Amino acid sequence: MSSRFLSPAPNGATCTGGQWQPVITLIACLMIVAANVSCNNEARRGELTQATQAAPPSQTAQSSQAAQIVQHNDTPFLRVCADPNNLPFSNERREGFENKIAEVLAREMGRKVEYKWWAQRRGFIRNTLRAGECDVVLGVPASFELALTTSPYYRSSYVFVSRKDRRLDIRSFDDPDLRKLKIGVQLIGDDSANTPPAHALTARKIVNNVTGYTVYGDYSKPNPPAQIIEAVARGEVDVAVVWGPLAGYFASRQKVALEVVPVSPEIDLPFLPFVYDISMGVRRGDDALREELERVIERRRAEIEAILDDYGVPRVGREQGMRATS
Amino acid sequence: MGRSSLTTVLLCQRLFLSCVVIGSLSFSFSCSSKNPERSRTSPTASASTQQSSNIGIVTVPSFANVAEDGQWTMPAKNYASTRYSGLDEINTGNVRNLKVAWTFSTGVNRGQEAAPIVAGNTMYVVSPYPNILYALDLTRPGATKWKYEPQPAAAAQGVACCDVVNRGAVHSNGKIFYNTLDNHTVAVDATTGKELWKTKLGEINRGETMTMAPLVVKDKVLVGNSGGEFGVRGWITAVDAESGKIAWRAYNTGPDKDVLIGANFRPFYAMDRGTDLGVASWPPDAWKIGGGTVWGWISYDPELNLIYHGTGNPGPWNPDQRPGDNKWTSGIFARNPDTGEAHWFYQWSPHDLFDHDGINEQILLDMNVNGQPRKVLVRPERTGYVYVLDRTTGEVLSATPFVHITSSKGVDLQSGRLIPNEEKTPVMGKVIRDICPTAPGGKDWNPSAFSPRTGLVYIPHNNLCMDFEGLEANYIAGTPYLGANVKMYAGPGGHRGEFTAWNPVEARAVWKLKERFPVWSGAAATAGDVVFYGTMDSYFKALDARTGELLWQFKVDSGIISQPVTYRGPDGKQYVAVLSGVGGWAGAIVSGDLDPRDQSAALGFVGAMSDLPEHTTKGGTLYVFSLP
Repeated sequence: MSSRFLSPAPNGATCTGGQWQPVITLIACLMIVAANVSCNNEARRGELTQATQAAPPSQTAQSSQAAQIVQHNDTPFLRVCADPNNLPFSNERREGFENKIAEVLAREMGRKVEYKWWAQRRGFIRNTLRAGECDVVLGVPASFELALTTSPYYRSSYVFVSRKDRRLDIRSFDDPDLRKLKIGVQLIGDDSANTPPAHALTARKIVNNVTGYTVYGDYSKPNPPAQIIEAVARGEVDVAVVWGPLAGYFASRQKVALEVVPVSPEIDLPFLPFVYDISMGVRRGDDALREELERVIERRRAEIEAILDDYGVPRVGREQGMRATS
Repeated sequence: MGRSSLTTVLLCQRLFLSCVVIGSLSFSFSCSSKNPERSRTSPTASASTQQSSNIGIVTVPSFANVAEDGQWTMPAKNYASTRYSGLDEINTGNVRNLKVAWTFSTGVNRGQEAAPIVAGNTMYVVSPYPNILYALDLTRPGATKWKYEPQPAAAAQGVACCDVVNRGAVHSNGKIFYNTLDNHTVAVDATTGKELWKTKLGEINRGETMTMAPLVVKDKVLVGNSGGEFGVRGWITAVDAESGKIAWRAYNTGPDKDVLIGANFRPFYAMDRGTDLGVASWPPDAWKIGGGTVWGWISYDPELNLIYHGTGNPGPWNPDQRPGDNKWTSGIFARNPDTGEAHWFYQWSPHDLFDHDGINEQILLDMNVNGQPRKVLVRPERTGYVYVLDRTTGEVLSATPFVHITSSKGVDLQSGRLIPNEEKTPVMGKVIRDICPTAPGGKDWNPSAFSPRTGLVYIPHNNLCMDFEGLEANYIAGTPYLGANVKMYAGPGGHRGEFTAWNPVEARAVWKLKERFPVWSGAAATAGDVVFYGTMDSYFKALDARTGELLWQFKVDSGIISQPVTYRGPDGKQYVAVLSGVGGWAGAIVSGDLDPRDQSAALGFVGAMSDLPEHTTKGGTLYVFSLP
């Protein structure tokens, strides 16, 4: 992906079927959509706070909405906004790959990591980053309306997950076997939205052999999203279509060997992408921190890559996943 | 109504709307001037003639037609859900003299959807999360007798779909019952404020919350869950009023034994007959996360011993992932309150496409239909139709548009089915414009009122349309996903809300008022022939129940999305009470500090409400009015 891909997309830009023209528009749409993965869902339907039992909302979080520019050079802390129960990304015991990457960044910056814990659901950005409770979110889409983003530091894909002993070798949404196998897919809920594989299966009229798992899982249990991978291991579904970082991590922790294969195509025509660029996010206006982070990411690129490898994060187009700071 | 007459109605509706839109867009009313927004459906039809022709043709059932006791013990006022008080001290002649008697702050500046409850000399008010219950001494206006704090889990806030609202408490037999956002039903001693029991009924970690107001029938407290957006399975539960123990639970998806469908289930239409339709009308297992929640209103007919409750919309999106009618979502059940056993069901929106929860209020009336007396249930629904159902059988007697509708072509009274408009069916990635009504529907949860003196139903509602514009990428819990980019905007006429007086016998609007914003408050009617409601731009209004003339209005501190009530105080005077405090799905842009630039937030509702912050700020105040 070229650097054009990394340019901020127009605010709220979307691709519309009516505007689709083959090839050129397709590419443009892919760029905009993929670059425009945003956290609008956090504002959906206007609920307020997401707090966990471990992290009740503070008065500050409820009262302060203004983005405050923090003088980072004066603080010994790198203040990170993170979910306390969302492996492989993060958890309160700092076992996620975002926790590990935060340590690398902080070390390079001569700071210590301090967390604002908040479940990454609706209101996450509003009640953490925007409320001034913390200064960086380690994983956000490359273009993110509610935050200023660094250049992407990895790109992953939705993947097919199946048991190796089944030898299913599913690589494409167009594999005819998908009409016969029992398929697990993560669902968002309602609100006229769903995960890309749910849309892709529906578009192919693959419906009656699909089992839905909510993307939120059961938050009272550790690792809520692991449920769908465990279902593959237990044989409750033959194949699951899951976001890469989740799949790579949980697949390697099952009692049976699982196969993790990026889906193809990378995009469903005309504009349903399965591949997304992931960046770090800071408050709008906090250009200094963004630039510092980009420098640090670049300097510690090898360590970051090693952490992503450790956690089995499937990456696609990784040689283009980072760029020099502008 | 057949297809041809339906077409006529639609045509009339369009003509009427174009009529309504003529007129000032200015909303600067004055108390004495005649309301410039008022309009009648026909210039030749005299409203008073229409109303008088209704008298005796439509009445309140005898079980609800009791002497006025001056209290307001449940949000809907009575089991028939008329929200009508027999008090008449405040009337069309003197309502313009209403003054603030006292006020009280709930201390929570979130969307206030509750009805204040009055029993004896005490008023009970429930705040939004953290769901504080206040007992206010009416002999010492505004003085707090006690407050009860259930301390719901903070995490519930992030699970609530549409602001952290609560729709109120109910008083019965010396106890106050209400629900907390984190899925507890509580019973509190009405005199002392002591917690009597607290029963956990749902799980926030699975996406459930509770926001509805309970209904107490005999010894049971009837409650239901919210959370269709999170893929929960909807249910209604009866809790024993004395012990707090669960007496029964009926799910609204899944096998018949879970839905409490048995030998006595006799739905009127063939589409609802069969075994385990709550499973068979879904792809395998999809019913387990299929929605059908119960976050709206329950009515009760003691003579038939039936409760009536709606069911929320099905999930997930998109609809092609759940082929079938998706029973028993977006419909209405009649159940035996003692056992939960289902007696009949009707589905407003089989295989719902538009997030049309079927949870609105049902007003129980006795009415002549084609010369025959019928026990009916009147229901202004999200689909945009006012339905009149026979409440003994579930037969649809009429279904008439009360807003501009493009999403469907009517209701086939032979089959009972809504007739979808294929051109407006949302398809992933396809641009579809001019879908009316929108996801919040012709009318959302906020309840209507009925006056037996006028024979009219007073409907507070929306006038919104929407476009589906391709795709928008989002991200949650570490996972990227894609949704439709929904944009909502004002429907025909350019105004976003309406207040309609509806003649249920003739199935037509008698008059309508336009409002700048969706009308997200409930209505209340009185024997003084005054109708009260509030607006999101923070006016509390009194209308002439017969003509719709604006008789009085008062600018409160924040937008009104709650339920007005009226009562007789310990001093014998009539009071009118309402909570201000904008929020809810419609008002989240203010209460949730959403970014007005994010047009698609709150499922496109923010786009339609971007100017709301210019008209109101957050609030949470009880206002009580009386004559000097």
